[in-house]
Amino acid sequence: MTPGLDAAPGIVAITLVTIATLAIGTWGLRFSRTTSDFFVASRSVHPRLNASAIGGEYLSAASFLGVAGLVLLNGADMLWYPVGWTAGYLVLLVLVAAPLRRSGAYTLPDFAEARLGSRGVRAACSVLVVAIGWLYLLPQFQGAGLTLRSAVGAPTWVGPVIVGVVVLANVTSGGMRSITFVQAFQYWLKLTALLVPAAVLLVVWAGDSSPRPSGAGGWSVPLASGGASGLYVTYSLIIATFLGTMALPHVVVRFYTNPDGRAARRTTLVVLVLLGLFYLLPPIYGALGRIYAPELATSGRSDALVLELPRIMLDGLLGEVLTGMVTAGAFAAFLSTSSGLAIAVAGVLSQDVTGRSRLGGVAAFRLAAVVAVTVPCIVALLVPNLGVARAVGLAFAMAAATFCPLLLLGIWWRRLTPAGAIAGLVVGGLSSAVAIAWTVNVSTPSGWVDALMGQPAAWTVPLALVTMVVGSLVTRSRVPTHADRFLVRLHTPETLELDRG
Amino acid sequence: MGRTSDIDAGTRLGGVYMRSLLREQLRLAIGVLIVLGLTIGLLPLAFYLAPGLSDVHLLGMPLGWLLLGVVVYPVLVALGWVYVRRAERNERDFAEILSESDR
Repeated sequence: MTPGLDAAPGIVAITLVTIATLAIGTWGLRFSRTTSDFFVASRSVHPRLNASAIGGEYLSAASFLGVAGLVLLNGADMLWYPVGWTAGYLVLLVLVAAPLRRSGAYTLPDFAEARLGSRGVRAACSVLVVAIGWLYLLPQFQGAGLTLRSAVGAPTWVGPVIVGVVVLANVTSGGMRSITFVQAFQYWLKLTALLVPAAVLLVVWAGDSSPRPSGAGGWSVPLASGGASGLYVTYSLIIATFLGTMALPHVVVRFYTNPDGRAARRTTLVVLVLLGLFYLLPPIYGALGRIYAPELATSGRSDALVLELPRIMLDGLLGEVLTGMVTAGAFAAFLSTSSGLAIAVAGVLSQDVTGRSRLGGVAAFRLAAVVAVTVPCIVALLVPNLGVARAVGLAFAMAAATFCPLLLLGIWWRRLTPAGAIAGLVVGGLSSAVAIAWTVNVSTPSGWVDALMGQPAAWTVPLALVTMVVGSLVTRSRVPTHADRFLVRLHTPETLELDRG
Repeated sequence: MGRTSDIDAGTRLGGVYMRSLLREQLRLAIGVLIVLGLTIGLLPLAFYLAPGLSDVHLLGMPLGWLLLGVVVYPVLVALGWVYVRRAERNERDFAEILSESDR
């Protein structure tokens, strides 16, 4: 597409989203005065606002564009992505939500250090937060490049640069407090931007005497193809998404902004509702795309389905307006997820790297944010595109194989030791890294080994968990002396007057 | 002497209270996860063992689409709602037991 009249709705939409994001971020500044505001909004965010912010931050390019494209391409088995991304919050709710909040820590490394009293575990966690955060940021930046090319015909480097600059402006000026308002706004923007066009397109489809997709046979089987290895791939995806959500650095940071453990649970429940509402929509685009735009699948442009479907199904002004809406939603998706990840990575970097210098708390955070955004932005411009959903899927698998066992055992098992935790983190992190390297280097996956490497969670998660348990049992003399006191803090309601260490 | 001080002092009685709270909450969590596993978690296996399921249509939609695209979300919210209610009740019970003897 060449820039011209076609580009108008996209340019207007992206400009409006950028201005709104910066304006709300600036407005949030008035409430953001202390270092604690920067990191966790002083832990005083109401469940409804916080849930909208979590939803806004969580629904990334993979949700807004990737799911519809994958469904168009592969059919019903791709619905496991949105189902897993939602069910992950149920698993998080029942296993970690309230204890995580009650731990009173800012970040995952803080939690690990407080629970195990070990600098070594803290260092391992910090490295993993940065690795997972950057792995997740990369596809956001690359997706932004693709969106701007598809919507306004801009060169691919423009998207990552705009997203990087806006995220930095917001994060460095207001920190967590101002970003909370921005992300809550962006959830509702994304929902509207997908809901209104979907409703209009469904009316068009009904007026067109409701045609059915052709050759729907294998397309409606909720199972990856390939017999037994397909069954493995589907279950491994389920494990990665169900268990990976709790362990994503930007998701975990958000829990510290709740006032108490009870509020953390209620927030998570509202998040389940908001995500369920949103994820009803992408499959509609996938199904309509199968009827009206099958050529997008064959030409390898399935990620652009949501952006291009309104124009394909509707001529004239209405098609242009709807195109502007979905472009605005997609851009909001890049901005909000990137902001959340930048905060999480910058929080860890500022505590463990830049904070060690003579800089003050806020100055150290700003410097760390610049590093957190610039590095993946430059890498995104240099390396080829992995595919939005595939890269995000690998980040989930790595999170599930590292922080998930640490959180589960740290919260529910008194006998976890620092040595056991480090052994499990190293085994889970390395096996995930090997699987990622294998997958990136194999262009056309086939057979069992590629299935095991492409969707590794089903073997890496148990491996890391068993390593952590065995490592702790072997070093049982080194169970932290404050473990019992810490479990009191994690599990008792705040209303009780207890010594929480 | 209240029972909160048993927990603070780490007496055997305090340990019993804490272990029972942890056991109740973990049992509740695992119960919810088992329900999740036996409903949504069994879907891939069901469609693998009975391929005919994917030809079934309900409400004008293929069964796989209806289940994964729509039905799962209210199920997840309902499970979450039940969990939050029961987890808060467990904590209230725990707080009551501790405060009874404080008076």
